[in-house]
Amino acid sequence: MELKRVVVTGLGAITPLGNDVPSTWDALLKGVSGAGPITLFDASEFKTQFACEVKNFDPLKYFSAKEVRKLDRYTQFALAATQESMADSGLDLEKVNKDRAGVIFSAGIGGISTFEQEVGNYAVAPEKGPRFSPFFIPKMIADIAAGQISMLYGFRGPNFGIVSACASSTHALIDAYNYIRLGKADLIVSGGAEAAITVSGVGGFNAMHALSTRNDSPETASRPFSASRDGFVMGEGSACLILEELEHALARGAKIYAEVVGGGMSADAYHLTATHPEGLGAKLVMQNALDDAHMAPEEIDYINVHGTSTPVGDKSEAKAILEVFGDHAYDLNISSTKSMTGHLLGATGALEALICVKTIDESIVPPTINHAEGDDDPEIDNKLNFTFNKAQKREVNAALSNTFGFGGHNASIIVKKFTK
Amino acid sequence: MSDVASTVKEIIVEKLGVKESEVTPEANFTNDLGADSLDTVEMIMEFETRFDIKIADDQAEKITTVGEAIAHIEKAIAEKENK
Repeated sequence: MELKRVVVTGLGAITPLGNDVPSTWDALLKGVSGAGPITLFDASEFKTQFACEVKNFDPLKYFSAKEVRKLDRYTQFALAATQESMADSGLDLEKVNKDRAGVIFSAGIGGISTFEQEVGNYAVAPEKGPRFSPFFIPKMIADIAAGQISMLYGFRGPNFGIVSACASSTHALIDAYNYIRLGKADLIVSGGAEAAITVSGVGGFNAMHALSTRNDSPETASRPFSASRDGFVMGEGSACLILEELEHALARGAKIYAEVVGGGMSADAYHLTATHPEGLGAKLVMQNALDDAHMAPEEIDYINVHGTSTPVGDKSEAKAILEVFGDHAYDLNISSTKSMTGHLLGATGALEALICVKTIDESIVPPTINHAEGDDDPEIDNKLNFTFNKAQKREVNAALSNTFGFGGHNASIIVKKFTK
Repeated sequence: MSDVASTVKEIIVEKLGVKESEVTPEANFTNDLGADSLDTVEMIMEFETRFDIKIADDQAEKITTVGEAIAHIEKAIAEKENK
């Protein structure tokens, strides 16, 4: 059976850097940080009091007041990003075969603020008995963005969400890629969304010592690969990519941003939250992605790393890159855009795959910001080009995005310049 | 309009996202005001909270129009006060 080719034909994003793709991309190239003091709740008693929040997001710009009440913030982001990507794709809903249009859309956590509100209401007055909203469950569950998107467009093809923590939306994209190349769908709306900057979200990650506590300098806190890094900075938002079967895209004269050519998946099988110190799972996932794409390491130009700015994670990922790519590792551009966006958890894979697509389309690589002179980590090979502080012009023929999730789930995806 | 009627109207406008002028006594929640089953549950719960009454599920199922809701709530409030 001959596999179909799969291309990216639409992009959409709601991020801490901007409420669409152009403003996000512009900020990424300028090296802007999306971090600031938390405004979504009173964080004054928390170890971490800052995050990368989405700013000036007005749900009423996208939904009626009645709809807004039924949508958790994470689903609002998902639908807003999807609307942008659908408009960008130029798809004509009158002509699309909706039975063959799917949605595979992830969240790492899902509607945690809805959960907090509903359970909190009960907790403060249990004597009143359970008075849960009928919308509690369908607002909170991590698959509902996929369901809501299908209802908005009438897409009746494959429809679900995938949960693998911070690798969720890379797994979603890989699944979408696989279903299309197997001929199971003509197009799939895919991506991820997250909105976990909440009391229990921040409190929970704080308890794990996962977050940066650099409260005096939020904007410089996310500093992947620098010696003084002290944890990740939470982000929120959504990214959406329209994946389409090549002939379907060509037939309608779509703009083709890039081709999806490979996906890799693996597990660390090691620890609940820590990445394997030797980067075993990370090595395997990148190798699996290269094998799936039938590509040699030398064919990759750019890696958008997971690089969350945690002491252990960045070190083992750098080590894994060196082992997989050998001497070519030094010719790669590597960057962690989490230095600017923060860590969007279940949305991060989709956002970073989108960034890889943009590097191919625009021939420029966004930086890893916040690296100060002399702040090199002696345990990281600093001959690697981490694209510190300034975007670099570079022809990108192929780019790889890594994501690693708590639970030891790893997923990598490779996108490539499209040529017939 | 009674206090009960105006509060009921306000809740319906808020929960169902409809115009005040659409909320007539004869208006049917499902057919005229676009409520689905979950919307109806939420609205009944809000009636219970705001008027401090209980509406049993088998009673709630019989409330299909704005007028029926107002009548049921007024009766429930009267019964509560007579206790």
